[in-house]
Amino acid sequence: MTCQDHKELMMAYLDNELDDEQRQAFERHLASCSECAKEMEEFARLKQVTDSVHLVEPEDRIWEQYWDHVYNRIERGLGWCIFSIAGILLVIYGGFKAIEGIITDPTVGLLLKAGLLVLLVGLAVLFVSVCRERVYFWSKDRYKDVRR
Amino acid sequence: MSSLCDNEAVAVLDSCRSTREAFEVIVNRHMKDAYFIALGLVGNREDALELSQEAFYRAYKHFDQLNSKGKFFPWFYQILRNLCFSHLRKRKVRRASSLDDPDAGEAPVEMGDHFDPETVAERSESKDRVWKAIGQLDEKHREVIILRHFQNLSYEEMAKVLFCNKGTVTSRLYYARKRLKEILEHEKGGQNV
Repeated sequence: MTCQDHKELMMAYLDNELDDEQRQAFERHLASCSECAKEMEEFARLKQVTDSVHLVEPEDRIWEQYWDHVYNRIERGLGWCIFSIAGILLVIYGGFKAIEGIITDPTVGLLLKAGLLVLLVGLAVLFVSVCRERVYFWSKDRYKDVRR
Repeated sequence: MSSLCDNEAVAVLDSCRSTREAFEVIVNRHMKDAYFIALGLVGNREDALELSQEAFYRAYKHFDQLNSKGKFFPWFYQILRNLCFSHLRKRKVRRASSLDDPDAGEAPVEMGDHFDPETVAERSESKDRVWKAIGQLDEKHREVIILRHFQNLSYEEMAKVLFCNKGTVTSRLYYARKRLKEILEHEKGGQNV
């Protein structure tokens, strides 16, 4: 084994992740390699300092209210979802009624009616195009089954 | 900490009447781990609390994606870390754009400066330096230091939550500690840690 292989074993030695046989072999290497022994000493010191850092435990009320905050988010998420669906339905209905009103209104000029129809056709073409593109890329996505 | 990678989600779901009830049990079991991991990754308490709760909310939304073999924590950890790292990136972009602002005449702020020293218990100069140095590590290195030192995960558990093998964990820890040592030495003016 090279020194580089031993360098990575250093971490496992430091964190008590080696079995007896590996540990003994590593200690033999340390006894014969001053460079690794010096580095090991430095890492051991670093581990000691890092292990001495502890983070402040928040007050109990944070834990007591924790689930309530998560639940509020869940509830709010559901609320937004219902609100959005209702909003979309209302916009579609309102739009449909407005267009119907304009088309059936005899006082509205023919040019405006034609313009409105062309606008709707344009929107429909854009919608179909975006949907087709999405479906195409989704079907070609090699990672679509990978759960993120 | 050994329960972190158990098949507990399935067991909890079996024992509870509804998904919401099961999820409450899971949240109560993992909230501290989630909060402290987020704290280690982003460095301040308010953000850690907010991000860990948001991660649970997202996990709830996609709970059906956790298949029957599902180990909850490794799956949840991916959501949490992605949220934390994306939060840090946004913070970096905001900072960069505020530096471009001619009205913002402040000195450049290092990443570690966002690591609130008040977060450390029984503060001392050396603990503050280590905490700040952890904040200066890059994402991959910081997370292995947090999982090992603050969550006390074994290499096997780390491999599970990071979706890699033990060899990768060992190697990442080696380079993370080496970098941490360099940052601390640099701050002490070239002396050993």
